[in-house]
Amino acid sequence: MTMQTLSRRDFMIVMAAAGGGLVLGCRVDDRSDSATFTPNAFVRIGADGRVTLVIPQIEMGQGMYTALPMLVAEELEVGLDQITVEQAPPNDQLYRNSIFGFQSTGGSTSVRAFFEPMRKAGAAARMMLVAAAAGQWRVDPSACRVERGVVTHGTSKRSLTYGALADRAAKQLVPTEITLKDPKDFTLVGTRAKRLDTPSKVNGSAQYGIDVRVPGMKIATLAASPVVGGKVASLDEAKAMSVKGVHQVVKLDDLVAVVADHMWAAKQGLAALNVTWDDGPNAHIGTADVLKDIADASATSGVVARKDGDGAAGLARAAKRIEAVYHVPFLAHAAMEPLAVTVHVRADACEVWTGSKVMGRAQATAAQVTGLPPEKVTVHSQLIGGAFGRRLEIDYVTKAVRIAKQVEGPVKIVWTREEDMQQDVYRPYYYDRIAAGLDARGRPVAWTHRIAGPSILARWIPPAFQKGLDSDADDTAVQMLYEIPAVQIEYLRHEEPVLNTGFWRGVGNTHNDFVMESFIDELAAVAKADPVAYRRALLAKSPRALAVLDLAAEKAGWGQPLPAGHGRGVALLYCSWNTYMAQVAEVEVSPSHEIRVHRVVCACDCGQMVNPDIVTAQIEGGIIYGMGGALWGEVTLKNGRVQQSNFTDYRVVRMNESPVIETHLVVNHEKPGGMGEPATACIAPAIANAVYTVTGKRIRQLPLQPALTSVA
Amino acid sequence: MITVKVNGKPYDVDVPPDMPMLWVLRDVIGLTGTKFGCGIAACGACTIQLDGQPIRSCVTPVSAIAGKSITTIEAIGQTPAGRKIQEAWIALDVPQCGYCQSGQIMSASALLASKPNPTDADIDAAMAGNICRCGTYVRIRAGIKRAAGEAA
Repeated sequence: MTMQTLSRRDFMIVMAAAGGGLVLGCRVDDRSDSATFTPNAFVRIGADGRVTLVIPQIEMGQGMYTALPMLVAEELEVGLDQITVEQAPPNDQLYRNSIFGFQSTGGSTSVRAFFEPMRKAGAAARMMLVAAAAGQWRVDPSACRVERGVVTHGTSKRSLTYGALADRAAKQLVPTEITLKDPKDFTLVGTRAKRLDTPSKVNGSAQYGIDVRVPGMKIATLAASPVVGGKVASLDEAKAMSVKGVHQVVKLDDLVAVVADHMWAAKQGLAALNVTWDDGPNAHIGTADVLKDIADASATSGVVARKDGDGAAGLARAAKRIEAVYHVPFLAHAAMEPLAVTVHVRADACEVWTGSKVMGRAQATAAQVTGLPPEKVTVHSQLIGGAFGRRLEIDYVTKAVRIAKQVEGPVKIVWTREEDMQQDVYRPYYYDRIAAGLDARGRPVAWTHRIAGPSILARWIPPAFQKGLDSDADDTAVQMLYEIPAVQIEYLRHEEPVLNTGFWRGVGNTHNDFVMESFIDELAAVAKADPVAYRRALLAKSPRALAVLDLAAEKAGWGQPLPAGHGRGVALLYCSWNTYMAQVAEVEVSPSHEIRVHRVVCACDCGQMVNPDIVTAQIEGGIIYGMGGALWGEVTLKNGRVQQSNFTDYRVVRMNESPVIETHLVVNHEKPGGMGEPATACIAPAIANAVYTVTGKRIRQLPLQPALTSVA
Repeated sequence: MITVKVNGKPYDVDVPPDMPMLWVLRDVIGLTGTKFGCGIAACGACTIQLDGQPIRSCVTPVSAIAGKSITTIEAIGQTPAGRKIQEAWIALDVPQCGYCQSGQIMSASALLASKPNPTDADIDAAMAGNICRCGTYVRIRAGIKRAAGEAA
């Protein structure tokens, strides 16, 4: 597979928008072959027969350079081996993600948002190519078949390739009614097709944002105020300039950068600068202040997000009332590729090379900083070395362009690991008060859950924040499937201006599922019931949830004996991603209280799968990512500064700590669900519940390991 | 001027002797397959091989390489172990984002070259220094075993 980026000017005329999110564009490009068939913004077929699929979503490991082409290829009737994948340029109209309303990759939306548009793009193109062939042969299009890009007429056996038909197809009208295959007839979608990006990722040839090299480029590294709201106080420019290879010191209000021949000189130069900071109003903030603030705030009522019956009355009437407080810390993303942006600012134009999940926003911020119109800003999208929500923000692009504006010629700005970790946009601190009332048999009759935390959506996509509710912050909590007559879910917006917070693989769900699935386990323990049986009894009306719970329990050998010091924990997940998942974690707690996860069994029903092997990979990886956060992940503040700086003090899962992971997928043709994040959300409660099984200790905060050590 | 031999080819580089080999490869020679991850030998993304041994190029000064021969991801496929590891990685679709995989493959190739049939404990020991945030460990382990099976 080769990857290319289209420039904005390749799309000059937007013709019309058809239903289902398929936006049709006409590519007018002086350099292009007039015989090129471009029926829409996603498909291009040249006279040479080359099929190019333009992919609106970026590739960050989640497999969209394979899954989305599979959807087009299925309807276009070409093989994956016949296509070239091309990254779409920024264009919030042509490449709009229907769930967010603009071009963006995140929130486990790619397959959900593009399942139909990509198929329609392929089907429309196929219909026009077939019509072109049928017209040439003067036969009924329905008498023609297509296989691997060759149209064949049924009785005469005449055939023409897509390449030969491209010119004639380009003159066909775009069909207004597009018939899609019945999912039962899929031959490619639903198969474990090989990823198209793997070969380039095993020999060093895959290029990420940090690998960009343009002629005449300098390399810079930066340091921004370690305290939010702080300013540069002093620096020793002469000393930095005396480092061999250093060309320039850029001093801005709130950050400094050193521009050099290479990263080593830039790093040495930055160290020599000896910057001091005026920390500003957040100079003395510590984690304990954050916790106290949010705990105090959560004492008041929030906005009601779900109300079934009367939760408060239900609690009051119940035979037994159980209450608990849960909280989860700030988390860094710590993707393997540190942030890096290459920028060339000229008087009349700006070029940006980076990996962004919101390319239109990257372009807009560059335009704003440089004062250029957006059409004068070209964003060259690059592969992303892991994002996990981090690159839904554009703060790093803004910083890079601000620096580059002071530099003559192109400059690649590379974050050190320390800067990447200490200038992250962190998973928020959340604080939850949860309560349930049980009847005499231990069955819940009332459930109330108050979530306090920042609203990411209010900042990131303001129209999504409605009437005080953030559908991300309360996600999973609001969709709770357990059959309980009185339920009240509240959300209380509480901002923490001392640290920037944003999306982190699963965000609202990662914290809510931990709270809810730990708490339902608490109720099972009070009722002296088996945790799986207790949940089953509350899921009679949710057959798909019940099925994954049963599948995970069966495959995990739930109830079978384990060695001393080992135990199992179960957790269920359902939320706005429309995916049902259950996990069983098998955990050992050593005499010195060290938690070790040996095995995780995951059952998943995400509806129609595009590529079950990529679904499996997302589950395996999601579990590992979530497990690091659950056991050890924690960003703490002291004197307004993030205390963690590198993988030495921000512990993540390594090979020797990685459990056996067994994935069991339910195959059906239900509407596709999101798969990027569920496994991350589901693992923390599964581990916490297993720790309870082994130790009898109920841990109500993350990360689990230090909390267990402190109470054991 | 310091001479380093990378993938069989000599390069004369005008850099400070304490400059880590990582930046010599990436910013001076232009071989960007070797990745920057942490800068302190804590993640393994920058792993290269020096006489077949995996080393962290982010903390290895170029002066320590002078006169010696190193292999990077760009050429590891020319070694029998490296080729088998790459083939296993493709067969199992090991990479996700792929950023750490250069380092993973350099460590795994060195393991396979020295231990043709590594045990799980061998794999843990050899690979614990290579972090993957996409969490591809299950497939890395399977990939090493697959490559070992084909090595036998």
